[in-house]
Amino acid sequence: MNSFQSQHSPRRSGVTAIMLAALSVTAAFGAGSALAETPEEKGLAIAVEADKRDLGWVDSESELKMILTNRNGETSTRELRIKSLEVEDPTVGDKSLTIFDRPRDIEGTAFLSHTKITEPDDQWLYLPALKRVKRISSANKSGPFVGSEFAYEDLISQEVAKYTYKWLRDEACGDLQCFVVERFPVYENSGYTKQVVWIDQQEYRPMKTDFYDRKDSLLKTLVNTDYNQYLDQYWRAHTLQMDNHQTGKSTTLTFDGYKFRIGSSEGDFTSNRLKRAR
Amino acid sequence: MIFGSDKGRLLKGDGNVRASAVAGALALSAFSAALSLPNVVQAGDWDFSGSVAGELRVFPNAPAFDEQDDTRFSPSIAVEPEVVYEWSGGDDRITFVPFARLDAHDDNRSHVDLRELNWLHVADDWDSVIGVDKVFWGVTESRHLVDIINQDDAVEDVDGEDKLGQPMLNLNLFRDWGTLSGFVLPGFRERPFRSNDARLRGGLPVDDDNATYESNAEEYHVDFAVRWAHTFDDLDVGIAHFHGTSREPRLLPRVNDDGRVVLVPRYDQIDQTSLDAQLTKDAWLWKLEAISRSGQGDRFFATVAGFEYTIFGLLDSNADLGLLAEYLYDGRDEDDAPAVLTDDDFFLGARATLNDEQDTTFLIGGIVDRDTQSTSFSVEAERRIGQHWKAELEGRFFVNVDDEDLILNGIRDDDVITLRLTRFF
Repeated sequence: MNSFQSQHSPRRSGVTAIMLAALSVTAAFGAGSALAETPEEKGLAIAVEADKRDLGWVDSESELKMILTNRNGETSTRELRIKSLEVEDPTVGDKSLTIFDRPRDIEGTAFLSHTKITEPDDQWLYLPALKRVKRISSANKSGPFVGSEFAYEDLISQEVAKYTYKWLRDEACGDLQCFVVERFPVYENSGYTKQVVWIDQQEYRPMKTDFYDRKDSLLKTLVNTDYNQYLDQYWRAHTLQMDNHQTGKSTTLTFDGYKFRIGSSEGDFTSNRLKRAR
Repeated sequence: MIFGSDKGRLLKGDGNVRASAVAGALALSAFSAALSLPNVVQAGDWDFSGSVAGELRVFPNAPAFDEQDDTRFSPSIAVEPEVVYEWSGGDDRITFVPFARLDAHDDNRSHVDLRELNWLHVADDWDSVIGVDKVFWGVTESRHLVDIINQDDAVEDVDGEDKLGQPMLNLNLFRDWGTLSGFVLPGFRERPFRSNDARLRGGLPVDDDNATYESNAEEYHVDFAVRWAHTFDDLDVGIAHFHGTSREPRLLPRVNDDGRVVLVPRYDQIDQTSLDAQLTKDAWLWKLEAISRSGQGDRFFATVAGFEYTIFGLLDSNADLGLLAEYLYDGRDEDDAPAVLTDDDFFLGARATLNDEQDTTFLIGGIVDRDTQSTSFSVEAERRIGQHWKAELEGRFFVNVDDEDLILNGIRDDDVITLRLTRFF
């Protein structure tokens, strides 16, 4: 669950270059006219631009609070910290380390993920009671994350190449103007047939996402709010509200204490160091 | 987790206290050395946490042996606080974890231990631990074959997952070609055994006050271990060697001063080389542990190999179902080496994880001897209650036990159901 909403890493620069090349060919055929751009091309171009704007953050750290609310309005709370590392090698993905602080019975449990582009991610879990580091299967993309309405696949880095795209329309989203783009997961084991994302035209930030289940009916809606900008470039939402329309449950995720470029190294994100994580 | 350590079931304390004292002194001197460093003037962070657990063990059957009390309901309480002091931005850390249990019936199960008291220092490409710590190696579930650094706290449970703290100097080097770990282990912890009148004590009482050692240094023998671990894409591998005092004692029959036959623990010097590996392919985890050990009769080989396959989102729900199967082989000669439950056995298990807000989990598993069909199996369930509590229910059952089975026959009537309620703070 690489940096919950930061979608980007330089690895995509390779992918980006190919896509931009494809776009420029299109542009040539269209005599520079955007009119010839298909909805698919426009959707991809929006994703590529959003991606480009979030390159170069290097590493980050933040504290999260997760409030789970069931159908009866009863709540339970999780507190965790996430460290993320942007990886420069274009053939591998970002890395993230999640450490749980609350509830107390899972305190010290740590989760390490090495995101991949097309292959399955590498994931390890550290169980403090046994001092055991366990390599776990990453096939479980669509399962709930610690009992919440977020699935693993909602939380891991949103690589451009993990979806195909289709621009639907432009429309107002609150005070802003948004692109509305459909995206279709191409990675294995997704729980979704598609997602519809509202992206603001000014800063290319995701504002809202509708998730459609395997039967293509609306399952969940995610709303991103309280955006702050870091290092004069990188936008991060500090509140993520996920509502499940089918179960009536919801999860609110709030971020605090974002720090960037704290000097993390590859070595901090290895399985043999996982048992030292705190 | 499910049944691993089969062997021990009586208890002992003396050597443990002495080893703890050595380790404590080690950690304290490390601590004062650390504090006297000039760069450690700035204040660090304290963190207090821990748990208190109330437990009720229920024994449905009368015990098999006359000396055992016919205890049917046996309550106990255990406390395990954790104090952590961290400085240098987390690069230096002192951890203190004492443990104590008070058991209403088994005097030996009422015990205290120093689980951890150590100074961890983390640098860029190495880290070190000085003091008492716990180290786990391995990948399989039915037996923790390669896990050798710590002694079993065998009075806690029969699953081999509770460990006594081990005094150590540990250095880990993180390199491109893997992680290399070296351990110097001064001070040996004797295995605790259950009281003579307690349930789960086995066929004969163990006289743990008169343990003998192959080494003249006895529990002060300094043991060594080295391990290399690395990840190759889907494959996680560890190779290790241990030289020193066997954590498993042989239990030798003797006639004591009262004319009774008792078992006296004997700790041999051994050399053990081990391999553990896991291949992770989609929903399949392929697991292997193997050891070759010398020092207890002829060199022998033992292995645990199997898989864990997970069905994610069972029947369109959020629940996952893990299916586990492992084969266990142990080629030791029980005339010269400690008795072992799993010489030629199959393990089958299933784990259901509901992935709900309470982290509800169910586990069932059984080990069957291929030759005698003697079977031990367990059923476990756990769930969080509110933000601070956890409830656990465990049942361990011994069925179809063969008269010749040294270990299971001694506990054949000690089926036990445990209800545990833990408060975390």
